[in-house]
Amino acid sequence: MKYNEIGKSVKRYDAAAKVTGKAKYTGDFHERDMLVAVVLRSTIAHGRVLVINTEKAKVLPGVETVVTFEDVPDRLYPTAGHPYSTELSHQDIADRRILTGHVRYYGDEIAAVVAVDELTARKALGLITVEYEEYPVLLTVEDALAGDAPEIHTGTGNIVGKMNYEFGNVEEGFSSADFIVEEEIETQTVQHCAMENHISYAYVDGQERLTVVSSTQIPHIARRIIGQALDKPVHEIRVIKPFIGGGFGAKQDACLEPLNAFLTLAVGGRPVRLEMTREESIIGTRVRHAVKYRIKTGVMKNGEMVARQVSLTTAKGAYASHGISPVAKQGTIYLQLYPTKNVKFDLISAYSNTPVAGAMRAYGIPQIKFALEAHMDDVAKKIGMDPVEFRRINQVKEGDQDPKTHLKVLSCGLDECLDRGKALIGWDEKRKKYEGQTGEKRRGVGMAQFCYGTGTYPVCLEIAGARIILRPDGSVQMQVGATEIGQGSDTVLSQMAAEILGISPDKVYLESTTDSDTSPFDTGAYASRQTYVSGAAVKKAALECRERILDAAAAREKTTSNSLDIRNSRIVDKGSGRVVMTLADLALDTYYSRENSSPISVDISYQTKSNALSFGVTFTEVEVDMKTGLVTVIELYNVHDSGTIINRQLAEGQVYGGISMGVGYALTEELKFHPETGKPLNNNLLDYKLPTMMDTPRMGVEFVETFEPTAPFGNKSLGEPPAISPAPAIRNAVLHATGVSINRLPMDPQRVFEKLKEEGLV
Amino acid sequence: MFEFSEYYEASSLDEATEFLAKNPRAKIIAGGSDILVEIREHPMPDSALVGIGRLNELKAISIDSEGTLSIGSMTTFEQLEKNELIMKYVPMLGESGGTIGGPQLRRVATLGGNICNGAVSADTATSLFDFNTRLVLENSGGRRIVDIKDFYLGPGKTDIKQNEVLTRFLISRADYEGFFGCYIKFSRRKALDIANLGCAVICRIKEGCFSEIRISLGVAAPTPIRCTTAEKFARGLEITEENMENIGKKALEDARPRDSWRASRAFREQLIQVSTHRALREAVSKAGGMQNG
Amino acid sequence: MGDKLRRIELTVNGRKKEIEVDVRESLLDLIRNRLELTGAKRGCEVGECGACTVLVNGEAVDSCIYLAVWADGKEVVTVEGLAKDGKLTDMQQAFVDEGAVQCGFCTPGLVMSATALESRNEKLSKDDIKRELSGHLCRCTGYHQISKAVEKVIDSE
Repeated sequence: MKYNEIGKSVKRYDAAAKVTGKAKYTGDFHERDMLVAVVLRSTIAHGRVLVINTEKAKVLPGVETVVTFEDVPDRLYPTAGHPYSTELSHQDIADRRILTGHVRYYGDEIAAVVAVDELTARKALGLITVEYEEYPVLLTVEDALAGDAPEIHTGTGNIVGKMNYEFGNVEEGFSSADFIVEEEIETQTVQHCAMENHISYAYVDGQERLTVVSSTQIPHIARRIIGQALDKPVHEIRVIKPFIGGGFGAKQDACLEPLNAFLTLAVGGRPVRLEMTREESIIGTRVRHAVKYRIKTGVMKNGEMVARQVSLTTAKGAYASHGISPVAKQGTIYLQLYPTKNVKFDLISAYSNTPVAGAMRAYGIPQIKFALEAHMDDVAKKIGMDPVEFRRINQVKEGDQDPKTHLKVLSCGLDECLDRGKALIGWDEKRKKYEGQTGEKRRGVGMAQFCYGTGTYPVCLEIAGARIILRPDGSVQMQVGATEIGQGSDTVLSQMAAEILGISPDKVYLESTTDSDTSPFDTGAYASRQTYVSGAAVKKAALECRERILDAAAAREKTTSNSLDIRNSRIVDKGSGRVVMTLADLALDTYYSRENSSPISVDISYQTKSNALSFGVTFTEVEVDMKTGLVTVIELYNVHDSGTIINRQLAEGQVYGGISMGVGYALTEELKFHPETGKPLNNNLLDYKLPTMMDTPRMGVEFVETFEPTAPFGNKSLGEPPAISPAPAIRNAVLHATGVSINRLPMDPQRVFEKLKEEGLV
Repeated sequence: MFEFSEYYEASSLDEATEFLAKNPRAKIIAGGSDILVEIREHPMPDSALVGIGRLNELKAISIDSEGTLSIGSMTTFEQLEKNELIMKYVPMLGESGGTIGGPQLRRVATLGGNICNGAVSADTATSLFDFNTRLVLENSGGRRIVDIKDFYLGPGKTDIKQNEVLTRFLISRADYEGFFGCYIKFSRRKALDIANLGCAVICRIKEGCFSEIRISLGVAAPTPIRCTTAEKFARGLEITEENMENIGKKALEDARPRDSWRASRAFREQLIQVSTHRALREAVSKAGGMQNG
Repeated sequence: MGDKLRRIELTVNGRKKEIEVDVRESLLDLIRNRLELTGAKRGCEVGECGACTVLVNGEAVDSCIYLAVWADGKEVVTVEGLAKDGKLTDMQQAFVDEGAVQCGFCTPGLVMSATALESRNEKLSKDDIKRELSGHLCRCTGYHQISKAVEKVIDSE
């Protein structure tokens, strides 16, 4: 496909605003008379508040109000950033109130103070006394499901959900296999750590409308959730999202908005800001699920996998948030990457007294892909086969259709990704070269691969809206409901509109602020869906706009619209290329013509009923310090098949960022809790270790551009996928360097050292 | 906004010590990178802060006729790392300061602050231990000098009285001349991190043997420590890989690492041996290597 | 309360200001809340992320753990003070051109550190640059394009 604007490295339209400090984030707005709210969080992980005394706090000068769990509406609501479902069985679990007296994790929200400034509010917090009745702390699935465990949510038996499937017959498959490899693999709890903490402010505007300005990935959904929490109709609520300092899924839940809305109502509609500290953000929003896997594969000597089975358990945390979706999705992707006749999968998700697990970049898939890709290397080792060749024998290809979603793979560049990855790292040479090392520091190369969906179809509704208005000067104003959260969606959506409309992207003005009152409906930024779903809406709107433009031009020129085209902001005769008029002249006439003035504006929505798998690989070289267990990534390459690349520079940025997150996941990041009390131990940026610039390896990015026919421009998911495969690739490189399988993340020095020692290598 | 009662900007050392004497709950604020973080966590509504950031006399680094290095307590880590006298005579001290936090922090955080707060992980403490550094403490009544090994009393506890200001660090010529050193900070990140273990080693070499070595460890006991057993053991030993490895093992005898969620005791013990060995190896190499020593 | 207020004089982005500050305020509080220069961001409040970095007398510091009174008599430059007459500085332009900006929350701080580094006119290796910028956390970019932007402006290698 030949494009004019698609594929170019168009500069982010908001970059200049961001390097000059002009870009305004939620915390940068100063409302007159704004009050500050802070939250009283529990200092136990499980129990009930027996007595709460707020008298001293209430009388502290500067305190406007103190509210507790006793004051909030007795209504349960869900927080997940999923589209609403009109089917009750598919609705998110409603299991929380705005504040709670039943404490379910260390840091649960019991009360809130609203005061004139932060210092006063915090001082007031210190004056509130709480007496608890303490219950046993349930930190793991085993704790939660023990016979005598108290229920975290009454009537649930501490089960959030279960799911299982079997295709073929795995028992028969295993009995026919030449080898069986079975192992346990575990991933840790990590947190998104977007550089902007969760923050919102709320007020009642002059028309008595409850307005919440928030750093959210899901403004339209947040509006609905606020309504559910406060029992208010949608028309009374407005949600506005300014620039947002990263989300990565933690802002795909309504963590702050219902409380903030409640607090402004508690002070007569005065503006109230609710800003989490870093310490609160890390534990009080969402985390990525820690998962335990038992994984088993039956394989033939020739490398063919004949039976596969995975059982997983996950401690969900204190509230359901996204329910079992992030682990259920693992069952789908597990099935799709290596089609096998006999496959079995089951999961148990249990409530626990830990921070709530929700969505985080690639929605469960980094966990299963760590387990699966680590396991693939162990299986390859068992049968003495090169890990790449072993994968090639078993991996998905064009035309495959999985038995669960029945979605057919229509584009797949995985083989080419493997070819490029091998070349970039020097695979064949280094696999040989690094055999049989004996030194203090040992090198190894490893790889891993993934597939990942684009959007949430068929599990969830996929809907997006776009509005395009032709302005009198021939430029267009576009509005989308899609949420720019730093990934660059506004820029690439502008490129898409420009492509169709025959104008340059700088002639497309896109308002970055999403406003539930004025922006078209879209469910938001998640599931790497926006270029695919919102992009399809933009394409549809642009095509319709283009048609209207050509019709208007044809009417004026007394010709047929299909003889005309728009090129470089000019209406041209298709055959001769003759310029008929400029788009600007036409646009002006549509506004001010005495005869047929009719400004062009298009407002559409688009429902996507397809999904497309994107693919990719990581190849990496590491060095392992055999005496300290320190793993250093020397270099790392990601090669992606995300279909057509809309904007190369922005796409590369997504990949580099994803790699960095993947490296942190592999080596340094883990949210830890006291094993008895459940108190978080490292919820700050010193002890929770994101990679710094000095910890980031030499990286490289390549794209294998296939064309995905279900997509608006042949494009597939890219926002989340880069974070998936680095961790297992690093683990497999450590395996190559040392011969040791590290089956627990992160591969921090102590863990690696202990494993090396266990194997007699230290 | 931080919660404290009052801020007093001292324009001379006397002013600072007088204020401290008159206000028994007052505390010194140097670069602020520790105490402000502490106040954010635990407000100090009754404490005044005495700023000593404008006392230029506490920022000077000098050497006297006898070769004693005198380092002002308000020297920032950035200044320390770039200072010519430090680079010439005690480069390990500058390098260890260079491993602290990130650049913005090193621009405000001071050597004095690093030591006074008593952190067992203080990256510069081990170097100062190796150099037998003496600390000058002054109050309105006069001054006293304390050896760094006596200054540390326990985790977060040091021998500084509320009315005292740590003004200078003194290092005698005999404690640096002819020594070559290496500091190894073992941490999970290469920046913005605290040490799981800090190990500073200096050595003097004569005819292929160690004539003297000094080993100090951070996060290996309730305070930074010197490994005197290992040091005695090393004296006169021939410089070989095996001997250096054994000195590393010997360092364990002086250490009392503990289990914490940051690292297990067993792992720290491994780090002590390995880091001591490697730091020694590196120090030897700086001294000209095994052959030329 | 009276003794908590102090009148200070400082230069902010080239303009002299005389302003009464609460001695308990951080420089970040002062510039964001009082001077309404919201470019510098609050990311951790403890000097661990670098989002609040501004220049004080030409040197990049974390303004969240720097008392406002310390800026008395000094020159403070925030990200708002870099571009002149609507024209981006070379460093800002390099961030734009190299795709070094994503969500943008860490960007003002990084631009300030990079700007201070540039003004030192030193020859730096790529590793030196990484070390000099290692006091900034970024969760979006993996730092790659940021390094490239800074290397483009600063004479490196």
